Amino acid sequence: MTNGRTSNQALPLPAWGIRLESRKVDSETGAIKKMPPPGELIVALKQNIGVPAETIVQPGERVLKGQPIAIASRWGLSVAVHAPTSGAVMAIEERPIPVAGGGTGESVIIEPDGKEERYAGYVAQMNSKRLPPPQIRNEIMEAGIVGMGGALFPTATKLNPGSGIQALILNGVECEPYISADNALLTERSDQVLRGAAIMLAALDCDECLVAVKADMAEAQAAVQAAIDALGDDRISLVVVPAFYPAGGERQLIELITGKEVQAGGLPWDVGVVCQNVGTAAAVAKFFDEGEPLISRIVTVTGDGVGTAANIEVMIGTPIVDLVEFAGGYTDDAAGLVMGGPMMGFSLPHDQLPVTKATNCILVAGQAELDPSVREMPCIRCGECARVCPAALMPQQLLALARGPDYEALESQGLQDCIQCGCCDYVCPSYIPLTSRFIEAKQGLWENHLVSQRSALALRRFDARGERLERRESDRSDELQRQVDEIGPAGEIDADALRQLKQRVKSKKPGDKT
Amino acid sequence: MKFASNAAPHWLGAESVAVLMRQVLYALVPALIVLVWFFGAGIILNILVAAVVALGSEALVLRIRKRPVGLFISDYSALVTAVLLAMSLPPLTPWWITATGTVFAIVFAKHLYGGLGYNVFNPAMVGYAVLLVSFPEDMAAWPLPRNITPDQQTLSLFTVLQYWATGSVPADVTVDALSAATPLNSVKGQLGMMRTMPEIVGDPLFGNLAGHGWEWINAATALGGGWLLYRRIIRWQIPTAMLAGLLAPALVFYIVDPATHPSPAFHLLSGGTMLGIFFIATDPVSAAASNRGRLIYGLGIGIITYVIRNWGAYPDGIAFAVLLMNLAVPVIDRYTRPRIYGHGA
Ligand code: SF4
Ligand code: SF4
Repeated sequence: MTNGRTSNQALPLPAWGIRLESRKVDSETGAIKKMPPPGELIVALKQNIGVPAETIVQPGERVLKGQPIAIASRWGLSVAVHAPTSGAVMAIEERPIPVAGGGTGESVIIEPDGKEERYAGYVAQMNSKRLPPPQIRNEIMEAGIVGMGGALFPTATKLNPGSGIQALILNGVECEPYISADNALLTERSDQVLRGAAIMLAALDCDECLVAVKADMAEAQAAVQAAIDALGDDRISLVVVPAFYPAGGERQLIELITGKEVQAGGLPWDVGVVCQNVGTAAAVAKFFDEGEPLISRIVTVTGDGVGTAANIEVMIGTPIVDLVEFAGGYTDDAAGLVMGGPMMGFSLPHDQLPVTKATNCILVAGQAELDPSVREMPCIRCGECARVCPAALMPQQLLALARGPDYEALESQGLQDCIQCGCCDYVCPSYIPLTSRFIEAKQGLWENHLVSQRSALALRRFDARGERLERRESDRSDELQRQVDEIGPAGEIDADALRQLKQRVKSKKPGDKT
Repeated sequence: MKFASNAAPHWLGAESVAVLMRQVLYALVPALIVLVWFFGAGIILNILVAAVVALGSEALVLRIRKRPVGLFISDYSALVTAVLLAMSLPPLTPWWITATGTVFAIVFAKHLYGGLGYNVFNPAMVGYAVLLVSFPEDMAAWPLPRNITPDQQTLSLFTVLQYWATGSVPADVTVDALSAATPLNSVKGQLGMMRTMPEIVGDPLFGNLAGHGWEWINAATALGGGWLLYRRIIRWQIPTAMLAGLLAPALVFYIVDPATHPSPAFHLLSGGTMLGIFFIATDPVSAAASNRGRLIYGLGIGIITYVIRNWGAYPDGIAFAVLLMNLAVPVIDRYTRPRIYGHGA
C-alpha cells in the first residue's frame, strides 16, 4: 500500500482540520527531566479500557520498583499494574482519579522509600524479536502496557489482529497544541522507539513500519531518520504528516497515510493497518530491554500558569500537585488546569489527582490562554464547521437535530461518527459549544437505544401473552375465561399503550440500528 | 489548588458574528464611494433611513420576542441587511419607500422566521422585492450618472433632500435628470422596440462596457468582495458558481446572436451583478449548507438572473433569483449532504 514511497515524504494536505499555533517551544527545548519519587503515589487500578486490575498486595506490604501490585482481571479487557518505585503500601482505597467528568477509582497508595530497589521478577530479553508472537503479546500484557496517546487500549490486544496486516503506523503526530511529550521522546530516544517498533512488527508478523511525525517537528524528524539510518532496518521509514489538527487522530492518520477509510464500526485492521503511539513502542522496548514494566511516562507540563514548562519523566501515580511543584510551581497567572491539550483535554477540578498512563500533558493555563467567556449566538449556517470536520459531518445540521432531539436523524446523519475533536467549536463564529452538544446527544441516543430495546422486549412479551390468551380463549374454559375477563380492563390500557409502541417499532424501517 | 471546569475545546479560534458582519460593511465602502461619485449623496440618505429603521424595528421585535436586545442588536446583521437594501435602491428614493422595504426585511423576512440564523429568505432581497412590486416606477427611476453629457443638469443637494422628504421636485427640474433608465432597463426597453445592441450601446449612457458609472460601481463592489474572499469571510463556491451561471448563458447567446443579446461583460458589470455575487448570494443563513450545495445554489442564482434579465418582466433578476433559490435550499441540502467518513466508498 505504501510501496515506492521513499522515507521522509510529506503527505498532501487534508481536506479537513485546522491549523493551530503549536505553542510547543517552551517544553520542547529542554531535555526530558526526571522527577524523583514524590511523598505519595496514587496508583489507580483502572488504567485501561475495560475492567480494573485486581490487587495482589496488602496494606503494610513492602513493594519493589516494577513489582506487579495488581494483575489483569479475568472478567474482561484488563492489564496489570506495577509499583512505580520501592516503598510501602499504605492503603488500598477509592481516590479521585483524572477522568473526563470526574470520578474516583480504587487505588493503591504507596509511600516511596527513596531506595528505588528493583523487582527481579522481570529480566531483559535481548532475543525478543525472535520470540513467537503470542509470547510477545503475553509479555506486553504482563508489562501493563496500554495505548499511551491517551486511549488506554491494551496494547497486546491491539497487536493481535490475525493475519493480513500490511503496515504498523507509529503515531508520533501529537497534533494538539502544547503537548510535546512524544516530540521529546522521539528527539531524545528514537532508538528506543524503533526497538519497540521492531518488537511490534514481530508480534504482528508484518514488515512495514511507518513512523509518523508532524511537519513542524523538524528535530524529531531528524532524530527518527538518524535512528533509522543507524539501525539499518529498511522495514522502518519516516513519514511526515501535515501540521494539521487532528492529523494525529487514529482514523485521520490512517486516511492521510494510506488514503483508506476505516469504515464506521470497523477497526484499522480492516484496512490492514495497526496504529500504535510512539510512547507505547518505547514502553515495549523498555520492558524487553530492561525488564521494566510501564511504571513511568513522559508528561508535558506547560502553560503560563506553571513556572518552567518542561517534559518530565514521572512515575505513574505522582500527584499532579507535586508534578507542578517540580516544574517550578504555579505562577500568579494560573487560571485553569487541563489534562491533555486545549482541544480535547478535560478540565481538572483540583490538583490532588494522580498521573495515569494516559496523562500526556498537564496544561496549567494562564488567564490569557483560556478563552474569555463568550456569548453563544444562533447558528448562521456559515458552514465553517462542516468545512473543518474530519468526519465529514455537517455539525450545523446535527446541532439543529439535537435540539429536538431527533435521534433517528441524528443517527443517520452520523452523530456516532463524531470524534469529538472540537474543530467545529474552534471555527464557529457564533461560539456554539457544538462538541458538548454532540456528547450530550450521544448520551441521549444511547439511552434512547436502551429504551427502544426495552420496549421491543416488552412488545415481544406482549405478543407472547396475547397468544397465550387467545389459546386460552379458544379453550372456552369458564374458569380461564373469567380470569381473562378480570384482567381485561387493566389489560386494555396496557394493550393501547403497547399497540402504539408496536406501531412505532414497526414504522422503523428494517435495517435501522434501533 | 482548585480550578474552574470548562468543557473542551478550551480554545476558540473564530472571529465573532459581529466582527464578520462589520467586515462585510467595510467591504462595501469602495462601492459606496463610487456610487456617491456617480449618482450623488442620495444613497447616503437611503442608508441612514434603512439603518435607523432596521435597528429600531430589530430592537422593538427583540423586545417583543423577549430576546436579549443588546446582544442581538450589536451583531451588526440588521445593519448589513439595511445597507445592502439601501445600496440596491435608486439614489433618489423617498424615505417612506426605503423604510417600508426595511421593515419588511427585518420584521417579516427575518424575525417572523425566528430571527438571526433562522430566516429562510434573504431579508434584504425580500425588502427589495416587496418594493419592486409595490413601487415599480420609483424603483426604476435612477438619476443620470455624473458627466454623461456636457450640459447635464446636476441636482442640488436641496433638490435631493426635497425629493427624499416629499417625493416631488420643484417645477424647474426636468424629469430626465431625475429619472433616467438604468442601462439594464434601457437595453430591455430598446430591444423590445426592435433596436439592435450595436445601436443601443452607441448611447453615452452605455459607457465603455456596461453602462456609464455602472462598470466602475461593479468593479469597486468586486474589489470589496475580493477582500472578503481574501479574509475568508465568504468562500469561493457561491460567487464562482453564480458567475458561471450568469456568464455561461450570456456567452452562448451572445455568440449565437450578438445583435439582440448584450455581451457577457455587460451582464457582469451592470446592475447589481457584483453586489449579488459577493454580498447577497453569499448570505450564509439563507444559502445552501454544503460546498457542493453551494455550487448548485450559486449556479441556480446565476442562471435564473440571466433568464429574468433576458426574458422576464424585470430588468435585473438578482433579487428574484436569490429568493427562488432560497426556496430550493432545503431540497439542495437534502441531496448534497457529504458522504460521512467511514460510510461507503
Ligand atoms: S460554524 Fe457555527 S455558525 Fe457556522 S454553520 Fe457551524 S454551527 Fe453554524
Ligand atoms: S467534534 Fe465531531 S462534529 Fe465537530 S468537527 Fe470534530 S468530528 Fe466533526
